[in-house]
Amino acid sequence: MAPPQDIAAEAVAGSRAVLNVGEILEPAPAELLRRRIFGHAGLLIGSGVLLLIVMVALLAPWLAPHDPLDQDLTRKLIPPIWHDSAKANWVYPLGTDGFGRDYLSRLIYGARISLLIGVAAMCISGIIGTTIGVAAGYFGGKVDMMVNFIITSRLSLPVVLVALAVVSLVGNSLWIVISVLGLLIWDRFAVVVRSSTQQVRNLDYVAAAQALGCSKARIIMTEIMPNIANNLIVVATLEMAHAILLEAALSFLGLGVQPPQPSWGLMVAEGKGYMFFDPWLVGIPGAALFALVLAINLMGDGVRDVTAPERRN
Amino acid sequence: MSEILEVASLSVDIPLASGMLHPVQGVGFSIGRGETLCLVGESGCGKSLTALAIMDLLPRTAIRTAESLILNGEDILNAGERRMSDLRGNAMGMIFQEPMTSLNPSYTIGNQLEEALLRHRRVSRREARDRAVMLLEKVGITAAASRLRQYPHQLSGGLRQRVMIAMTLMCGPDLIIADEPTTALDVTIQAQILLLLAGLQKEFHMGLLLITHDLGVVARVADQVVVMYAGQIVETGTAEQVFAVPRHPYTQGLLECIPIPGKTRRGANLGAIPGMVPSLIGELRGCRFRQRCAYAMPVCATDVAFRAAEACDHVYRCLLTPAQCADNAQRKVPA
Amino acid sequence: MSEIIVETRDVHLTFRISAGIFSGKRPLRAVNGVSLAIEQGEVLGLVGESGCGKTTLARMMLGLLQPTAGSILIKGRAIQEFDRLEIARLLQPIFQDPYSSLNPRKSVGSIITLPLRVQNDPEPEAWRRRVEEIMALVGLPGRLYNSYPNQLSGGQRQRVAIARALINRPQVVICDEPTSALDVSVQSQILNLLQDLRRELGLTYVLISHNLAVVEHMATRVAVMYLGRIVEAADTDSLFNSPRHPYTQALLQSVLTPDPSLGVPDAQLGAAYPNPLEPPSGCTFHPRCPHSMPHCSVVAPRTVPTAEGHAECHLYDEDQGRPRLAS
Repeated sequence: MAPPQDIAAEAVAGSRAVLNVGEILEPAPAELLRRRIFGHAGLLIGSGVLLLIVMVALLAPWLAPHDPLDQDLTRKLIPPIWHDSAKANWVYPLGTDGFGRDYLSRLIYGARISLLIGVAAMCISGIIGTTIGVAAGYFGGKVDMMVNFIITSRLSLPVVLVALAVVSLVGNSLWIVISVLGLLIWDRFAVVVRSSTQQVRNLDYVAAAQALGCSKARIIMTEIMPNIANNLIVVATLEMAHAILLEAALSFLGLGVQPPQPSWGLMVAEGKGYMFFDPWLVGIPGAALFALVLAINLMGDGVRDVTAPERRN
Repeated sequence: MSEILEVASLSVDIPLASGMLHPVQGVGFSIGRGETLCLVGESGCGKSLTALAIMDLLPRTAIRTAESLILNGEDILNAGERRMSDLRGNAMGMIFQEPMTSLNPSYTIGNQLEEALLRHRRVSRREARDRAVMLLEKVGITAAASRLRQYPHQLSGGLRQRVMIAMTLMCGPDLIIADEPTTALDVTIQAQILLLLAGLQKEFHMGLLLITHDLGVVARVADQVVVMYAGQIVETGTAEQVFAVPRHPYTQGLLECIPIPGKTRRGANLGAIPGMVPSLIGELRGCRFRQRCAYAMPVCATDVAFRAAEACDHVYRCLLTPAQCADNAQRKVPA
Repeated sequence: MSEIIVETRDVHLTFRISAGIFSGKRPLRAVNGVSLAIEQGEVLGLVGESGCGKTTLARMMLGLLQPTAGSILIKGRAIQEFDRLEIARLLQPIFQDPYSSLNPRKSVGSIITLPLRVQNDPEPEAWRRRVEEIMALVGLPGRLYNSYPNQLSGGQRQRVAIARALINRPQVVICDEPTSALDVSVQSQILNLLQDLRRELGLTYVLISHNLAVVEHMATRVAVMYLGRIVEAADTDSLFNSPRHPYTQALLQSVLTPDPSLGVPDAQLGAAYPNPLEPPSGCTFHPRCPHSMPHCSVVAPRTVPTAEGHAECHLYDEDQGRPRLAS
């Protein structure tokens, strides 16, 4: 401990020196975040399962034992391996469907379709919703009124019916389905981004940036966006799950992805006729959808929990 | 000459991931009827937690220990939540800093005032309403009867704080605990509220525990002053004693920091206390102020007990003798 | 007579607040005709209670808000002739809340570099050095360059805000309650810093504060605002020793100095602060004024020059038939 004369001299030397004796240096935001992430069970489980599904989708050509499109009616409706039946065998561990296609391979390749739709629709709707949300939140006034009107109009549309109508008019290729979904589910993005932007907009550091002469674009990109990012991520995960479920519903109604592509929703649709006799045809893709959506939701909740308390300083 | 509140050796410990936090340690004081005690200190000194500890409103993980905690002769240290809940708002009134958030925006003023009484006493609603009107008038709100139907958002900050005071008085408390009641108010309103509190206190013979960081408020309002630093009391005395000759180096430092119109020379630098409040986590030994103290000696690292100045009710926690402290005070604080 | 850097001439800022679906929008006169000139080298204290318009006036001077009437001149030219970067080089703010004036996602270094980046300052290689220089000047240890605001104390954050404001050497710094959110011991450090910097860098300050003791210590000249107008202005000593306007007198009386022999003063202000949407007629202060005359509720007082400044009160206006009470 320094001798008292030194401390006194320091005091006399003026108010500029700030002694950081005994100060607890809180870790940087990145480090804090890392700690919280690894303490949150839901986030770890959700991200883990999601990562697993993504890996499966990426490595599909190497993981799938058979060609998912290969039909052979001689081997149709073989039950999965856990059924107590003479036909079940390890060549087709999850059985085959009504056209004799290997279910495991279809499931693996189906992951690709579901994830692609989820991510692509989320990106499209995210860009649309964030843009108009930020505009409404930042500029306020008439822009805000207009955006509110657009959001309200969109909320009054029954999404599934509109999607059905468009797809039945225009056709249902994969990319049409993605575009339709992307153009319909941006509303939650817009609402959340708008209110987050409004909160941040009134903080002093935005006013300081304006006083420094920052352009509006720079303020939005560097001052506002990083501070609404956590809310944005949470909504993004939720909308990804939403898009995947919507696609499954559309496929179920026959207006989603075209056969013979192995989308999980389509697999459920094709299996519904056999539901009472060969329930695995519906159960397996249904379980896969459930697992994916649950994982995404857990991850979304986890991101929200982990990022929210930090802002509350 | 009965004491309304007696606190002895109150401590609060909060377990954290990084260790045990000791935000309040060994705090003790007593408040008599009609007396105002000001608990003064900067942020993080533990004054608000002390008030919460007395009211038993600490966060669930906090551990409260005390030698004794007596309200009007009754032991509240070991009283259960039921009894405390009966006492709060009743024998013990509370006023908080933000009048915006202390009043429920969904209910009228009258409703909230009446509920404050009906919760604790078996009276009719008409009697509650009459008392509400009487108290609103007493706190200086004109047209009290019509105000009963108003909602909190229709009133200004100063008026809301008056309503809070009236609400506190509905059950005729023996003790009022006010945590920074005027900090969020304008200067002119602050003076009015403080005058009001002082007058009501005399009239109803209540004790007032006023928590603040504003030394000006303390000087004008307090009978007794308790200065806290880093969870401990560093100086206690009457307002005259503490302000005339502040003993503890921290108190001296604080008084040097504030500009006093007519006394501090314009353009001259204000006094400053270098450094920062030390961490209160883990085992702490010795004087907590020693790293920032100009008079620190090696022996300050051992525990420091209280020492009394000539008048035995002016005590301070420091190893310097009363004479040395007085010298330091003369040199530093503008006379 | 020093150069006038910023000047407002009869500026008004009126918001339109809707009072309901069926009633039209009502005007909220946040700033109701303020003429103020900031001279090079002075410290102008702007005092007043909540709702008086001092923060709104400051934001207008910074170019963040446009007045609905009146004009603002910088160095004699209308503010509209300046682009935002030029204004930024001349005037900078320091805000009250150190917790919301720094972007929590940016490091200290990044925050202080922003002004250089925005101004497209040449020599980007020199930026780091300049940031470290200004950090040393404001008393921030260099090792905090890569730290984030959540790791700093309130006083340190305020120093970062000061560094950010000063790195491009502006002429006028508008301090909006720079120490109100800080502890007393930190407040004195920051006030000392502001004084030292003013001497070293030749700065001019507009100091907005509700803490009259701080204003008395720092300011060379003081203007008192009430409900959007300046009711009195004078040099600091004159204002504090012989305040003219009854509101100024009440304000000064309400300042609580740490003198235990005095009690709490009664400024006799009576009725509560008026609703800015429904300002009183005539002199807006008359319902609370201990010296109000019947005339005061009818006619608004004019600005009357006094020896040390000006005041707006019928007590000092001999044209109304009443003699000046003091000169």
